[in-house]
Amino acid sequence: MIDLDETDRKLLRALSEDATQSAGALGRRFGLSQPAAWRRIRRMQDAGVIAGRRLVLNKEALGFGVTVFLGVKLATKGRVSLEDFERAISAIPEVQTVEHVLGLYDYRLRVVARDLADFERVLRRRIMTLPGVGNVEANVLLSEERRPGPIG
Amino acid sequence: MLDDTDRRLLRHLQAEPDLSMAELAERAGVTAATCWRRIEKLTEAGVIEAQQAVIDWRALGYTVDVSLRVTLDKTEPRAFDDFIDAAREVPEVYEIQTFLGRVDVRLSVLARDIGHYQQVYRSRILTLPHIADIEALMHVATIKSAETLPL
Repeated sequence: MIDLDETDRKLLRALSEDATQSAGALGRRFGLSQPAAWRRIRRMQDAGVIAGRRLVLNKEALGFGVTVFLGVKLATKGRVSLEDFERAISAIPEVQTVEHVLGLYDYRLRVVARDLADFERVLRRRIMTLPGVGNVEANVLLSEERRPGPIG
Repeated sequence: MLDDTDRRLLRHLQAEPDLSMAELAERAGVTAATCWRRIEKLTEAGVIEAQQAVIDWRALGYTVDVSLRVTLDKTEPRAFDDFIDAAREVPEVYEIQTFLGRVDVRLSVLARDIGHYQQVYRSRILTLPHIADIEALMHVATIKSAETLPL
């Protein structure tokens, strides 16, 4: 496992907010030369700490007004293979994330839709029709905030 | 308003966020100058909110990822504000979401191991204000995580 010092953590936090910043700009901000900043970033990439990039789009501006989290309990465990369920649910374009969880539900899904009517269509025609789906709980997302996490 | 070229660029960049401008231009079949100008415009218009580095917390030794579904005491008028303000102060909390439904607030919490999780849960989570009930879901595996929009 890789150890990060204070400067690495500052760089990581800055990149997790905006990954388009150059090593030169980051170096100036944190008092490093461009090659020194670049080497530190490269080391974190090689260690897998920086695992690529994420494009954050404004959902509303693109016409997606509703995000719903679904807790899904499988009804007939043993009869439906988890792999089949996972493959089928992942193939639905509106299903953005699929997590296998332990607790009250088996899967946690993040579903995006244009509006509630569109969400109902996805839920009824695509999700509820999958074999093995039992109890489903829906919670409509009102707000979300990503925090830096335990970097500091 | 977005046209087909904008949508095509966003689709390609969503699918492969690591693409350079030159690669993106080639995939979308536009010139590098057009590509650069369009992305710049989409960013200025706020359609592209950010391009962020993804941190793999496991590589930093955080092996436990728990989703805490919190119900708040709604007889307390400041329950949401007080709870969220306090949750922001906990470094292990990496996501705060509010909902309409059975769950009021959800916190995503990281810990190095189960022992560390228990310590965070007892000393930092259970002490947050106005909690009526908490349910925990422990993350086992990520099956799909791209979080792309069906453009």
